Amino acid sequence: MDRELIPDIERGYISRLIRERKRTDGRGFEEFRPLSVEINPYGSAEGSARVKLGNTDVIVGIKMIIGEPYSDRPASGVLTTVAELRPGASEFFEQGPPKAESIELARVVDRGIRESGAIELDKLCIVEGEKVWVLFIDIHALDFDGNLIDAAGIAAIAALKNATVRASDHEVGDDFPLPVVESPIPVTVYKVGGELLLDANLVEETVAEARLTITMDEKGDIRAMQKGGTANLTVEEVQRAMDLAQKGSNNIRDLLAMD
Amino acid sequence: MIDMEERIMIENGTRLDGRRFDEVRPIKIEVGVLRNAVGSAYVEWGKNKVIAAAFGPREVHPRHQQSPIKAIVRCNYNMAAFSVPDRKRPGPDRRSSEISKVISDALTGQVFVERFPRTAVDVFVEVLEASAGTRCVALTASSLALADAGIPMRGLLVGCAAGKINGEVVLDLGKEEDNYGEADLPVGIEPMTGEISLMQMDGHFTREEFDKALGLITEASKGIHEMMIEALKRRYSEV
Repeated sequence: MDRELIPDIERGYISRLIRERKRTDGRGFEEFRPLSVEINPYGSAEGSARVKLGNTDVIVGIKMIIGEPYSDRPASGVLTTVAELRPGASEFFEQGPPKAESIELARVVDRGIRESGAIELDKLCIVEGEKVWVLFIDIHALDFDGNLIDAAGIAAIAALKNATVRASDHEVGDDFPLPVVESPIPVTVYKVGGELLLDANLVEETVAEARLTITMDEKGDIRAMQKGGTANLTVEEVQRAMDLAQKGSNNIRDLLAMD
Repeated sequence: MIDMEERIMIENGTRLDGRRFDEVRPIKIEVGVLRNAVGSAYVEWGKNKVIAAAFGPREVHPRHQQSPIKAIVRCNYNMAAFSVPDRKRPGPDRRSSEISKVISDALTGQVFVERFPRTAVDVFVEVLEASAGTRCVALTASSLALADAGIPMRGLLVGCAAGKINGEVVLDLGKEEDNYGEADLPVGIEPMTGEISLMQMDGHFTREEFDKALGLITEASKGIHEMMIEALKRRYSEV
């Protein structure tokens, strides 16, 4: 099913609400839906988290294997992020090889974690140039009601912060907690009906003209960005999006009490 | 762009290749370089060499992608196997899928898609030599190819990046600056309005640095826009 086919009548209804400074579910423009984070629900994973953001439900699992480092970073662990948008999560998701949407999701979440230096990859070296830990962040969407990037980003950092490197299973020393030293939080600002808002639900996201994801670190510095959608943003809108992302990431940090 | 040992890339206020902080690499543009494409463009930007071919509006394949109310605009970004030092395995990968998506979105916003329901406008980008900033060059070339194809658009798009090296915000990172730099902000901009159609970023910027970087890009986009218009005029004054 094509998300473009949301009827114009719905588009019109949402735009009209937005102009009256209202949202379909009664929230304020800067207000997130209820957020819940379940830590390590799946024992088979080295770390996992299940995040519910309203009716959006996503799991991130951390798995690790021993592998070879990249030749240009012989003393550094390897990070890989993949997203699966399962057909059971939405009629918009189809079976088959990963589409641009899931690749983008994985890469945006990955970029925030990688660029903020959240994981101390140099501590994941076993034998320089030969053996390092290869870490997989697997994003698994269970139920989709909009704003998957933020939900997946929160789940990823929560799973990482609670992951254990199972060194003893591989006979390379004692188990140790995955060294995580930053909490990058992606916040996506959606432009809907010409207005900027946070945490779009599915209908809002579907009719949104554009979105801008801004990943900030604990200091509020910018670590990753990604614009999506076809409409342009003015420089002024980008500046307002920055302010909103700053507020949003602070709110989420407070909710998670990560710091 | 993970922290690496500090590498000196600025000496006496000058960059490795002699550029000022607010200077882009040399750019050469030619429009109408392919015979089969409806529109095409070649852009040389520093050592980057990129060609874009535009087709359409035409029938949509696969059929289920067509929209009853508008044209779809698809960009396919492809790196030639020989375009990078270590041979790139031909075909799409995750990076090129993402770049194709963000360029497609940016171009879609410029084309008057409502005028051509049930059709596709396709742009194929071939990166022949890559040397940092290829997505910006690809966007610039794509926009020119669409203009050459006569596709009605709101305006041309300029792709340009700014980044951070040795703690300084500079325009248009070169290869070594990109490898050892601290941040990169590729932006697609419509110079007529200053609006932003594509934006990605990775690395580490404070808010002030971000503002400065975006300011450099906005300023530079005007000059690049002039060059694009000149190239289009050259093409059509020859006929």
